[in-house]
Amino acid sequence: MSLTLSKQPPVLPDDGPGPQLRIVPVRRTGQWAAAVALLVLLALALVSVVRNDAFQWGVVGDYFATAAVLRGLWLTLWLTAAVMALGFALGTVLAVMRLSANPVLKAVSWGYVWLFRSTPILVQLLFWFNIGALYPEILGVRTVDLMGPVTVAVVGLTLHEAAYAAEVVRGGILSVERGQIEAAQSLGLGRWRRLRRIVLPQAMRSIVPPAGNMLIGTLKGTSIVSIIAVQDLLYSVQLVYHRTYQVVPLLLVATIWYVVVTSLLSLGQYYVERYYARGSADAR
Amino acid sequence: MTATAMVEVRSVHKSFGSLEVLRGIDLDVRAGEVTVVLGPSGSGKSTLLRTINHLEKVDRGSVSVDGTLIGYRRSGDKLYELREREVLKQRTGIGFVFQNFNLFPHLTVLENVTEAPVAALGRPRKEAVAAAEKLLARVGLADKAGAYPRQLSGGQQQRVAIARALALEPKLLLFDEPTSALDPELVGEVLDVIKDLALQGTTMIVVTHEIGFAREVADTVVFMDGGLIVEQGPPAEVLDHPRHERTRAFLAKVL
Repeated sequence: MSLTLSKQPPVLPDDGPGPQLRIVPVRRTGQWAAAVALLVLLALALVSVVRNDAFQWGVVGDYFATAAVLRGLWLTLWLTAAVMALGFALGTVLAVMRLSANPVLKAVSWGYVWLFRSTPILVQLLFWFNIGALYPEILGVRTVDLMGPVTVAVVGLTLHEAAYAAEVVRGGILSVERGQIEAAQSLGLGRWRRLRRIVLPQAMRSIVPPAGNMLIGTLKGTSIVSIIAVQDLLYSVQLVYHRTYQVVPLLLVATIWYVVVTSLLSLGQYYVERYYARGSADAR
Repeated sequence: MTATAMVEVRSVHKSFGSLEVLRGIDLDVRAGEVTVVLGPSGSGKSTLLRTINHLEKVDRGSVSVDGTLIGYRRSGDKLYELREREVLKQRTGIGFVFQNFNLFPHLTVLENVTEAPVAALGRPRKEAVAAAEKLLARVGLADKAGAYPRQLSGGQQQRVAIARALALEPKLLLFDEPTSALDPELVGEVLDVIKDLALQGTTMIVVTHEIGFAREVADTVVFMDGGLIVEQGPPAEVLDHPRHERTRAFLAKVL
């Protein structure tokens, strides 16, 4: 019996040169009905959104690209970038500490991750915001001057991010085969070179997907800094609606910006994943 | 002890937990000779090979290559463990070829071969590339320089791994079952490369199950069992007239 697929409908062997038999697929009436019903419901929802004047789409348009909103968006973007970069830098250090043979480094790294994952980010942020109560002066400078709201936001979010990044990076490093490290050792490559040139590039394949998750989570998560009056995207629209009471349309402004940026980031993740898959079986 | 011994292994012991894998190994390998290590699985032959470039630390005994203690510095009757940087430097003189190739999958064939000369020996990249291209031609893979390891067959990958080890111009080459992970029809091309190296007088220790290769290429065949060297000698002696029952039993199974 041949395994090749042909475009001809299969002919039953015992029928001889009889009529060609056509295959009739089962009618999936239920599937069709479900699909139609769902599309109708979606259309109704869309119509109600468009026609409901309470959404005030006109107001959304008016504020969408105002200077205040764009300034907030810019702060959200650079805060996300800074927190990701610093968080992953610290997280990589923590991961390497955790995987080292030194029991003190191991324990400290474990303790850090434990502490910063065990408390809500909101609590951590408020804690750093009030750090001046514990240490009124740091190195001769008044803490209030040193730790303004934006600095608190960067520090607080980074320390929290690093705890999660450490686990992501550690998982990535563990996913690299032991033989790769042995090969690098047998070639006389130093510890730093092994990490940077051999281990981390291969670890990136397992690091990128969860890191992409974290990036999108961080972008949205930065909205928490509105609680300490840092003018990010969310706080910027809040400032407007506290004045104009147009709550829903201004939240929509922020929502649309968040969706636009996270969509672009997801697209970026696709290309980063493709880059780190080079040399692997599913690369092309 | 011979004055010309390139590798001197002296009463090496090694345990993993409660399992004693090496139970007192003494071995001399003369410069320019090929030593083939045979033995059943679990006899300790791979572990022995790995102690020679200090991928495994020994529990007792010592290994020296070209008159230099590996992994330790002797002062009086004490052995002081060397720093990692010094061990890495020693390893650049000892090439190691793994059963599973362990090529770096994210680097091209050429980058695999040039990595160590550039990073470990500080050679200029241009020089390393020229040397790598020569080595790849030598193992018959000049046209694969830009390929990634997974685009190559197992036999081609192992030949790249050999070129990678040769790029450091080591005085000693260690092969850990270099053909065991290969499809049968690819074994020959790898053995041919190793034979070619043997003809040029490279000092090698080869752990393998290829008896035919041992007979053809080895100057000395070492038979190990249970963490000990049971017997050693020229292939004609050990393979054709084994003196020990265990060697006879092993050869009867694999021949």
